[in-house]
Amino acid sequence: MKRLLLWAPLAVFAVFLAVVAVRLGSGRDDTVRSGLVGRPLPQFSLAAAAPGKPGLSSADFMKGEPRLLNVFASWCVPCRVEAPQLEELRRRGLPIDAVAVRDRPQDVAEFLKRHGDPFERVGGDPDRGVQLALGSSGVPETFVIDGRGIIRHQHIGVINPDDLQKIVAAYEAAR
Amino acid sequence: MRPLLFGLMLALSVPLQAQSALPPADYADRQLPDPRQEAKAKALMVTLRCIVCQGQSIADSDAEMAADMRALVRRRIEAGESPAAIRAWLIERYGNWVSYSPPVEPVTWPLWAAPVLLLGIGAWLARGRFRRRRR
Repeated sequence: MKRLLLWAPLAVFAVFLAVVAVRLGSGRDDTVRSGLVGRPLPQFSLAAAAPGKPGLSSADFMKGEPRLLNVFASWCVPCRVEAPQLEELRRRGLPIDAVAVRDRPQDVAEFLKRHGDPFERVGGDPDRGVQLALGSSGVPETFVIDGRGIIRHQHIGVINPDDLQKIVAAYEAAR
Repeated sequence: MRPLLFGLMLALSVPLQAQSALPPADYADRQLPDPRQEAKAKALMVTLRCIVCQGQSIADSDAEMAADMRALVRRRIEAGESPAAIRAWLIERYGNWVSYSPPVEPVTWPLWAAPVLLLGIGAWLARGRFRRRRR
């Protein structure tokens, strides 16, 4: 018994090493998913953030048809990367609205002029109130909202060309 | 030559703009006028995790996201909301992960049981030692 006990610290250390090795090998996943997927969109009403476009409120997502909600910002570099993909989704007939986080109208206008404008409505979220209410942890993020205002899918980060199929599928499933 | 050039380029590079042009939110770095409310807000802020920095509380972090979260906490405390309700609101969105004060739940029992268990083992070991000495 005593001899066996002598090995216990080494065994504990081996277990520790194994845990460290597994965690190091599996890579890190830093994404923080929103807990609101499958639940209603929080109520909000945002003033217009781009010239010539209406603002955005939660009521705009209760009209029977699913819509995409893109959370972006003109100062967000990855958002430029996903602009062509949003354009492609728009071309495939998916309606897209946007929340511009901590942005100035002139910067949003410049961004849309330079990188394309796939949005029907753009609401300004100057204090991140809506972003936090959505459970969104950064820009860009895209939510699929069904026609009754229920959040059906959250895409975290840039929509790459490989992700288009996933977004379209989530949109079709929300019908 | 190439590593040198690379190093030079790295030294001269400018970090990409990841901050907005807007000034920090009101209450992000300004205390509430009522010191009792501010104390409540502060106590809550040190136990909420910054979502983008992940290793810091929102009270400690300089990230813009953390500043906006501080402003949110102060606004809600000022409006009379309880710290527990604000924590619950954030946990609903970001999971238990956002809180540095873990709830007692089936998943977290090792966390709560570990100190008691370790104390027990320590006591048992100490008992063995003392007994040997007495002999």
